[in-house]
Amino acid sequence: MRTCAESLTEYGLRALGRDYGAQLLPKGADISLCDQIVLIGSGMIWNVYFAVFAVTLGFGFATLIALAKASPLRGLRAPATAFIFVFRGSPLFIQFFFAYETFQILPKVTGTLNLGIMELSVTTGSLTRAWLGALIVLFLNTSAYTAEIFYGALRSVPKGDMEAADAYGLTGWARFRRITWPTMLRLSWPSYTNEAIFLFHATTLVFFSGFPAWQQSGDALYYARYFADQTFNPFVAYPIIAAYFILATLGITALYGAINRRLNRHLPREARPRLRFRPQIIR
Amino acid sequence: MFAFCTDPKSLEGAAWFACYLTSGTHLAMYWSVLTVLLLLVLAAPSALAFGFGGAVMARSHVLPVAWLGKGYIAMVRGVPDIVFFLFVPIAVDQGIEYLLHVTRCSDWTEPVRRGADFVVCAQAKMPPSSAPKLAHDAYAFGLALLAFSLVFGAFAANTLAGAMAAVPRAQVETAESYGMTRAQAFRRVILPQMWVYALPGLSNLWMILVKATPLLFLLGIQDIVYWARELGGSKTQIYAYPHPDWRVWYFLGLLVFYLLLTWGSERVFGLVQNRLSVGQATAAGEALRKAGAA
Repeated sequence: MRTCAESLTEYGLRALGRDYGAQLLPKGADISLCDQIVLIGSGMIWNVYFAVFAVTLGFGFATLIALAKASPLRGLRAPATAFIFVFRGSPLFIQFFFAYETFQILPKVTGTLNLGIMELSVTTGSLTRAWLGALIVLFLNTSAYTAEIFYGALRSVPKGDMEAADAYGLTGWARFRRITWPTMLRLSWPSYTNEAIFLFHATTLVFFSGFPAWQQSGDALYYARYFADQTFNPFVAYPIIAAYFILATLGITALYGAINRRLNRHLPREARPRLRFRPQIIR
Repeated sequence: MFAFCTDPKSLEGAAWFACYLTSGTHLAMYWSVLTVLLLLVLAAPSALAFGFGGAVMARSHVLPVAWLGKGYIAMVRGVPDIVFFLFVPIAVDQGIEYLLHVTRCSDWTEPVRRGADFVVCAQAKMPPSSAPKLAHDAYAFGLALLAFSLVFGAFAANTLAGAMAAVPRAQVETAESYGMTRAQAFRRVILPQMWVYALPGLSNLWMILVKATPLLFLLGIQDIVYWARELGGSKTQIYAYPHPDWRVWYFLGLLVFYLLLTWGSERVFGLVQNRLSVGQATAAGEALRKAGAA
């Protein structure tokens, strides 16, 4: 049996790969409570990684898609609508499978990307690895869901706000940046908070779909399931991961709540929209 | 299936595909679509029942009951649903076996959990090891159904609790002024009116449920995801229908299948919504009236 300190050094960063901790995962009767807490926590690194990058990158892309869907030009509107329909209408689980198989049959090409200061070697083989392939799927998926939220908000921007902008002579980019976009964010923020929470939960699907966990480095649920299988006891590993996720969800709510307060700081306190749980956007 | 399929190696082109797509394993895949639909048909009402129970509990004046209901509603907020899908079947399975073990084999003295094992006596196995394969499949499906009902019941409870709260306060006050008890007011006033408010949320829930069905695969059920992986993998010459890795096409097919399913549901719900809005004093009802007058 390991002590808790040993568990921490051996498995604290194990989710990143074999080079960052013990070669093998603990097995059978050798598994201690500390192992489970540490290793599942280590897996959370991946959940946070996927969520942070998918949400931040998806935010910008979703704004573009929402604008395209609200555009009067058919050439912009149709592809944006189709994109949103495909990613919202099909299960994320199937999207992962499909994307993985597609990335598998792509020809393996290695090229170099010149970033000015340094040259980066890029290979399409990375697409079949979770850190890139699954991130792309999550990014596109959250973009579609977020775009639909933003699109709804764009359509609800009060007419009076736009007329006031016209009266001040604001047009084009200035009007978008100073009136439309902030109002859109304000209106959509409660829904967007839910989207972020559910995207974070959806990151647990990554290692259950096609994407393999190389060197047994997976996310929190991958390890929780591993422990439940090894010890044949679901009553320890799953409550641990549940606790981690509740903590992380509270963190997300706090962060988004702070942004929500900042977005609505011009309103009297009781007129500010409250963040509400609306499970419309599970995948 | 067809008469000319006796020697698949000699076939080419369309005939080969006709035989390939109607082979025994492919027919099994088409049947597994029914598994998905069966789950949907059974899970929707039971989730609604769970949800109704949760929503009523959350309204209770008895504090512990209200906490239980509110906790149930909140449980899906913080924890990914897939954790419940993995946890509930195995936890319930072990719970049942443990109860049977305690009642049927009281003379056993060894603990049930020994190191990394969970051991119960032979009489406590569920389903009994002598049971046919069908019983095992049905048991696994039942556990999966329970997990789905529990998770989606929590979502439904949230929707229904919101709908109950959305019934105008004045209606309930009128009922009280007529001397109705809380239970009577609930049964006669809130219950008939809440569905109008619940419908958008419930139709949403159906979409969520449809898109969660591929998770059956994780529970070891032979659903369409399982078959897509099985059939799509590359088949060597020893198989009747050799082909390279076609999984990408199978998953594309699944993607289209689910898109059609959600698109069809959306259309149906749109029609129902329209139907319910006729003559209602809502924005949708007003729009219908204007369209009719024009």
